[in-house]
Amino acid sequence: MIAEQAPVLIVVIALMSAVATPLVGWLKKDLCYPWVILALLGSTLCSVSVLNTVMHEGIIHYRLGNWPPPWGIEYVIDHLNAMMLVLITGTSLLVAVYSRRSLEAELPDRTVYFYTLFLLQVTGFLGIVITGDVFNLYVFLEIASLAGYALIATGEEGAPLAAFRYLILGTVGACFYLLGVGYLYMVTGSLNLADLAEILPRLYSSKVILVAFAFFMVGIALKMALFPLHLWLPDAYTRAPSAAGALIAPLMTKVAVYIMLRVMFTLFRPYFSIELLPATKIMLYTGIVAIFAGAVMALAQRNFKRMLCYIVIAEVGYMVGGVGVANTVAIRGAILHVMNDVVMTLGLFAVAGIIAYKMKNNELSAFDNIFKKMPYTMAAFLVVALSVIGVPPTCGFFSKWYLIQGSVMAGNWMFVVALLFSSLVNIILFFRIIETGYYDFGAAGAGHGHAHEEGPAVSEAPLSMLIPTFIVAAAIILIGLYNQSILVNIINFAVPKL
Amino acid sequence: MDLIIAKYNYWIYITLMMIGFYAMIAKNNLIKKIIGMNIFQTAIILFFISIAYKKGGATLPILTEADAHAHGEHVIQVAQYLNPLPHVLMLTAIVVSIATLGVALAIAIMIYRKYHTLEEDEILRAIK
Repeated sequence: MIAEQAPVLIVVIALMSAVATPLVGWLKKDLCYPWVILALLGSTLCSVSVLNTVMHEGIIHYRLGNWPPPWGIEYVIDHLNAMMLVLITGTSLLVAVYSRRSLEAELPDRTVYFYTLFLLQVTGFLGIVITGDVFNLYVFLEIASLAGYALIATGEEGAPLAAFRYLILGTVGACFYLLGVGYLYMVTGSLNLADLAEILPRLYSSKVILVAFAFFMVGIALKMALFPLHLWLPDAYTRAPSAAGALIAPLMTKVAVYIMLRVMFTLFRPYFSIELLPATKIMLYTGIVAIFAGAVMALAQRNFKRMLCYIVIAEVGYMVGGVGVANTVAIRGAILHVMNDVVMTLGLFAVAGIIAYKMKNNELSAFDNIFKKMPYTMAAFLVVALSVIGVPPTCGFFSKWYLIQGSVMAGNWMFVVALLFSSLVNIILFFRIIETGYYDFGAAGAGHGHAHEEGPAVSEAPLSMLIPTFIVAAAIILIGLYNQSILVNIINFAVPKL
Repeated sequence: MDLIIAKYNYWIYITLMMIGFYAMIAKNNLIKKIIGMNIFQTAIILFFISIAYKKGGATLPILTEADAHAHGEHVIQVAQYLNPLPHVLMLTAIVVSIATLGVALAIAIMIYRKYHTLEEDEILRAIK
């Protein structure tokens, strides 16, 4: 019986435990941490069970309060959102485990509120992904965003202003989405995704629909920091507390990409988004520009976290461009890249958090001689870096491979060039760090490398931070090795039929 | 001209939205930005309420005693009543916009406590 209710439990557990967190913290502050982990463990188990059901029995329709679909709110879970649910709950569980020590260092007296917002943010992400109702999606989008603004504002120097700017732009994005919903409602009288998808094809020539589509795409592009609209992202993610950054950076942009996929291929038919409109063409070129701009700006950064932010912007370009190529192979690559990018960004920001925790700063100079000081962290970092560059057998290689293959098939050489250029820049970015990490620039002039035989003492990160980072590194390799079965069992069902 | 008068509520919504948008982007003072944001959201509420309107003297969807008698067991005529759903959606949107306003003001307070100013350029100078 619980298995039947699993779809709603995923969201309800996170929401209810968020509400209860201040109470738990009021009883005893230290209980918050196990409480959050317990709650997220519950959500994770439910989402894994949902993924399992979807894989074996097909799409799940869950009616809230048993109201039939066009009137009531419905949760629809197919392969795409089942995958996203597992990614979101898994990521948040790992970050929750990871967050403890980092919070003790950065926000010692605000852990209770941090965890409340943390769970609310996860609730928002889960709700966005699971719901089959466009207005409900807006509400969850705002829950996720509001929790995100508050989390970011608690960060270091300058964080409140970064959060404020994010809030202004994020609100514009969400309001545009809401306007899109309004225009659709105007001509169809429905808010249910499946119902709208039924009604809309008759109205594809209507100007109202075009306006709605444009509002949707621009609003979502703001939320996912697509290149010309990315200005809020670097400041916000750099200055956020490390644990918040590790949660928001992997998930927010990817959830926005998910909304984009839904709007383009479920709400509207693929032939509307691809053939009737030049939307995919615009997306392809924006994606290319985003990749170039993100890569070049990443090169210019002296701060590790800031550099990662620009990598995130370039990666958004991969996914948007991949959808813009608009053939099955490239879209398959884009969806696989959503999965990979969640894992890789999580790994990068987890390492950044460890560096911030141990070295108290995130400048690239903090990496001096770091391989000797923190061998385990850097081993994990190496795996993540190789995956971002795209070296087999890590997962980053395979999604890039499908993206390139798809764009070669479509004859879009610009996108191929952009992808290769970005890989080259990533090699420079990461090898610069690895080089700094191997040599002790602080003691230059000491002659041979052998002069440092005893080296600095090993001072590793605490286990509660290391273990999640290792799990991420292992996941990167496992996703890479098992990418075929992931493709066959999950992603091929999620690719729209063109 | 006819176009403007016949759909004046939509024109007001667009004007309001642009005023709010301008304030959010161009103003230097954070509180002015917040006010702009609120105007922006209110414009969208006006838009949704306009959707619900029906021509021909439609009224609020409240059944009185007399209506119930007049209609007897017949189906209620939808055309006589305004569409209540956009209003309900906007209740939620109002709640969302109040929450956004609250978070924005709280962040503005944080900023003011730290830098003793709400002018964006002065804050930027203080950070650097």
